[in-house]
Amino acid sequence: MHLLVCGGTGCHASESDAILWNLRDELEAKGLSDKVQVILTGCFGFCEKGPIVKVMPDNTFYVQVKPDDAQAIVEEHIIKGRKITRLLYHDPKTKEPVGDSKHMGFFKKQLRIVLRNCGFINPENIDEYIARDGYEALGQVLSEMTPEQVIEIIKDSGHRGRGGAGFPTGFKWEIARRNKSDEKYVVCNADEGDPGAFMDRSVLEGDPHSVLEAMTICGYSIGASKGLIYVRAEYPLAIHRLQVAIRQAHEYGLLGKNILGTDFSFDISLRLGAGAFVCGEETALIHSMEGHRGEPTIKPPFPAESGYRGKPTNVNNVETFASIPVIILKGAEWYKRIGTEKSKGTKVFALAGKINNVGLIEVPMGTTLREVIFEIGGGIRNGKKFKAVQTGGPSGGCLTEKHLDVPIDFDNLVAAGSMMGSGGMIVMDEDDCMVSVAKYFLDFTVEESCGKCSPCRIGNKRLYELLNHICEGKGNVSDLDRLRNMSLVIKDTSLCGLGQTSPNPVLSTLDNFMDEYIAHVRDKKCPAGKCKDLMEYYIIPENCVGCTACARVCPVNAISGERKEIHYINPEVCIKCGACMEKCKFDAIIIR
Amino acid sequence: MGKMMETVRLTIDNKEIEVPKGTTIYKAAKQLGIEIPTLCYLHLDDLNIENKPGGCRICVAEVQGRRNLAPTCSTNCENGMVVKTHTTRVLNARRTVMEFILSDHPTDCLVCPKSGTCELQNMAHLLGIREIPGAEYAEMSKYKPDTSPSIIRDLDKCIMCRRCEMMCNDVQTVGALSAVNRGFMAAVAPAFEQNLEHSTCTYCGQCVAVCPTGALTEVDHTPEVLRALADPTKTVIVQTAPAVRAALGEAFGMAPGTLVTGKMVAALRALGFDYVFDTDFGADLTIMEEGTELLDRIKRHLSGDTTVRLPLLTSCCPGWVNFFEEYFPDLKDVPSSAKSPQQMFGAIAKSYFAEKIKVDRENLVVVSIMPCLAKKYECQREEFSVNGNRDVDYSISTRELAAFIKQANLDLNNLEDEEFDAPLGESTGAGVIFGATGGVIEAACRTAYEMYTGKKLDRIDFTELRGLEGVRSATIDFDGLPLNIGIAHGLGNARKLLDDVRSGKSQFHAIEVMACPGGCIGGGGQPAHHGNSEIIKARAAAIYREDNKKPLRKSHENPFIIKLYEEYLGHPNSEKAHHLLHTRYFDKKKKVIVKQ
Repeated sequence: MHLLVCGGTGCHASESDAILWNLRDELEAKGLSDKVQVILTGCFGFCEKGPIVKVMPDNTFYVQVKPDDAQAIVEEHIIKGRKITRLLYHDPKTKEPVGDSKHMGFFKKQLRIVLRNCGFINPENIDEYIARDGYEALGQVLSEMTPEQVIEIIKDSGHRGRGGAGFPTGFKWEIARRNKSDEKYVVCNADEGDPGAFMDRSVLEGDPHSVLEAMTICGYSIGASKGLIYVRAEYPLAIHRLQVAIRQAHEYGLLGKNILGTDFSFDISLRLGAGAFVCGEETALIHSMEGHRGEPTIKPPFPAESGYRGKPTNVNNVETFASIPVIILKGAEWYKRIGTEKSKGTKVFALAGKINNVGLIEVPMGTTLREVIFEIGGGIRNGKKFKAVQTGGPSGGCLTEKHLDVPIDFDNLVAAGSMMGSGGMIVMDEDDCMVSVAKYFLDFTVEESCGKCSPCRIGNKRLYELLNHICEGKGNVSDLDRLRNMSLVIKDTSLCGLGQTSPNPVLSTLDNFMDEYIAHVRDKKCPAGKCKDLMEYYIIPENCVGCTACARVCPVNAISGERKEIHYINPEVCIKCGACMEKCKFDAIIIR
Repeated sequence: MGKMMETVRLTIDNKEIEVPKGTTIYKAAKQLGIEIPTLCYLHLDDLNIENKPGGCRICVAEVQGRRNLAPTCSTNCENGMVVKTHTTRVLNARRTVMEFILSDHPTDCLVCPKSGTCELQNMAHLLGIREIPGAEYAEMSKYKPDTSPSIIRDLDKCIMCRRCEMMCNDVQTVGALSAVNRGFMAAVAPAFEQNLEHSTCTYCGQCVAVCPTGALTEVDHTPEVLRALADPTKTVIVQTAPAVRAALGEAFGMAPGTLVTGKMVAALRALGFDYVFDTDFGADLTIMEEGTELLDRIKRHLSGDTTVRLPLLTSCCPGWVNFFEEYFPDLKDVPSSAKSPQQMFGAIAKSYFAEKIKVDRENLVVVSIMPCLAKKYECQREEFSVNGNRDVDYSISTRELAAFIKQANLDLNNLEDEEFDAPLGESTGAGVIFGATGGVIEAACRTAYEMYTGKKLDRIDFTELRGLEGVRSATIDFDGLPLNIGIAHGLGNARKLLDDVRSGKSQFHAIEVMACPGGCIGGGGQPAHHGNSEIIKARAAAIYREDNKKPLRKSHENPFIIKLYEEYLGHPNSEKAHHLLHTRYFDKKKKVIVKQ
């Protein structure tokens, strides 16, 4: 029997370590230490309900476990064989407890290839990885296959890079192989920067060996002997687990000189990034690794021709690498059967925003947004109405109701006006103001622009300012044309992917929520009631009983009215803090 | 198979063209006579200097089949490409990007030193920008201003073209400037946004020379000079560096390479200078001292003295002096101890000449006209003053002189040629060629040869020492003694030779170094060349033309130099000469101190 305790960053922060130790202490006290193993695993993905403890082999899935629950788990579940109902996941619709993870909506539609080991194995133990076919792909590659054959499988599988652009992985490897050089490099891009996205972190924390194995396979295929992982310094747990994994792989002869007794030697080292979003762009990443300013340069030359230290370099992201060993083991034919015509395999998404099941999920390409949001994601929080979903990180577009049945893949998302990006998915409900949403994302790209090219450096700032202007009620209808023109020019003229996509939130909201923009600039109203400058707190005379509660709580004395008489809010004085509305027991105060 | 150059065929604005593979769209268009505007691109091909960060995004064009617009400065031509450089999509993008750039640029053109020669101003005019939308609520990126002895940085005007950074790092290898901050606040500055004075800056001024806007400008000494000229108690004398006469005319619409020596003298006299002298006189004097020092070191070396330091490095260029004090302080006894011509001139003017005209040095104001910004710093060095009174009081650049002449309503084009005053205005052709790379060492060879061999030189032109190659070398036959000469211009090239000197690999007897690419004619104080290296070549040709015209072409034949030694200094490298005309160097290796 196994008790799997989630050791991902989220659960780790909610004291999952203490749960682990308490469970071990309890088992020890009951003399069960040798019968039941407690294992700290990587992320299960269901972060909304962490910390998570999963009991194997019966798949019992305990959520929001506290360290004090350890005793109950051992005494009730382990000893008496009774599931603890209060710790089980309760279906938000039926309110019924769900006995095991297989019957949870969150997991039902998922297909976990990249995340195959996350939540199953102890990432700090190489034996557990090996027990789940780890390093078998590398063994096959080194003993039975030529580099060309490996590349052929990857090409044939139709796998496309998961970093965002969706460039076919096998072709990328082939170009790097074709460029002759005394030294080549394999780089793993682990500079995950999209707000809310943490799939790379989860893989590194939960299954670091899959990345090491894939990088080694890539090194063999392109003719490189050095691998570098560019990982954010803000991921200390991922860094720690990578360091442990690299050390263990060395000990097992799976990294270093003459891997598995063959002529092939390969080593991997870490490079820590200082947390600049733009360093996720591969040329900027390479400059940063070289000790230069992390800013992009014009391609060509592509890294495959001239990358790290001017040598041919193959850059793939974490998720891409994590898929490789499975493709080798199960074959291209198997992989090709998953997904859509032009996007094969699965994709990991980070669900966030106004959704019930916030977390990390992996689904086959071609799954619809509706399935992801309403089935896996459990629908919108608090029974609110779905308004939009923003895919692809800060520079993706906002998709609406009409896009819900679009099968998700690289090309469909672009056609719908958004993009795959690294797989962020932020859900918005009826309370969200789409102009403010666009402004929010612009704020991020303004902050993260490197400043090299004028349209991104200044244009994005001006876009942000104009959106702000509109949110303050100072915009006019002609500003909307300017907004669109500026956005299109920034996309058309920016140097790298950051500026070429940063106006997407503006353009997609202009396309899909024009009425909200019009309301802001023409009627000076924010339909969602989010833009402070455009809202007015108002007392409905019929509902007001003159209790004076609102007047007493108002910090600026904007509310007047005698006891038992109808009160009035002076809009000139009101600072729109909302305290009165919160205080009113008679629903007399509204925003209009 | 012969070495056929691979070519590609493409269409630009409906015109077909075939260009060598690797040619950019920008260059191919230029060959077709299509001018694509740009703000960041810079290419000085003969000097092997290119800046194409693809940052300004003004030079964009439509390429058929490409999703977004292509930066033509950094996109190579490909077979079958169809390029459109001035479609409405392109024009709209250019205008919008230009509006972005201007929205973060101060509008104080009236008092901006760059007004009139500003590339940004010209571009705004070309693109017909009449208003900046949203300017009323647009935030500006603000930086603290920085004034050093030579250069003023006003980063509010920086447009991130990165030319200065490229000059400072790639060409000069000085490493004082690089991009700092990110996003909207990104700018080019010394590390930790320190002031230039606390950086490794050598004041070579190459950053200023290529800055398209008023972000980098020289410290203007014209107001001080004007005040001195207006003060009846002061005797104001002026010296003009050789490179100035080959470039000043450009500021008055003359073709590059027009020599304006006589007109410049007339203008200076009209401006009210009491004596108009020539730094070339100081250059001739430098040759006497430096040439003697070179021969002395060689003779000692030949006689087996192992303590003697060879090669001798020239020391007339103040940017170069700053460079080795900063980066090679361990070699500070290698360069010649001879002062630069500017400072030799100042020292003689404030001693010998002051005595002659019976004016106290305090009442004698020495002004220099220089193609250089480091000269401003040089004349402020403590060791070049007596009791706080500088040997050279003010140094103004060619550009500042041009502006001064215009202020005084002098029409340089129509001024009658005039002659320099005696005695410090007399010079030889050897003094003139100091202005071009290789000139100092050629001048030294002309004199050292005759001093060493006692024979008359039959071939005065050492053409093997001329050219624009960054690092050059030649062996000059001193009547059986082969003298190995090295030449470098641009500090990056100098570094290569210096590394060899440091490691003991250098086989040269003497090395000439000029900090600026091309030598003084390409100096940081010259009229902007805007990336046209033909201008540098024309200036060099003018310098050699002037040399050719001179009746005397060897420094030691200058009669006033001979007289100066007879009357005052004794002989080259005499004690008095040492006192007045030689200097010492300092270890200036900077320790980075971060002030919060």
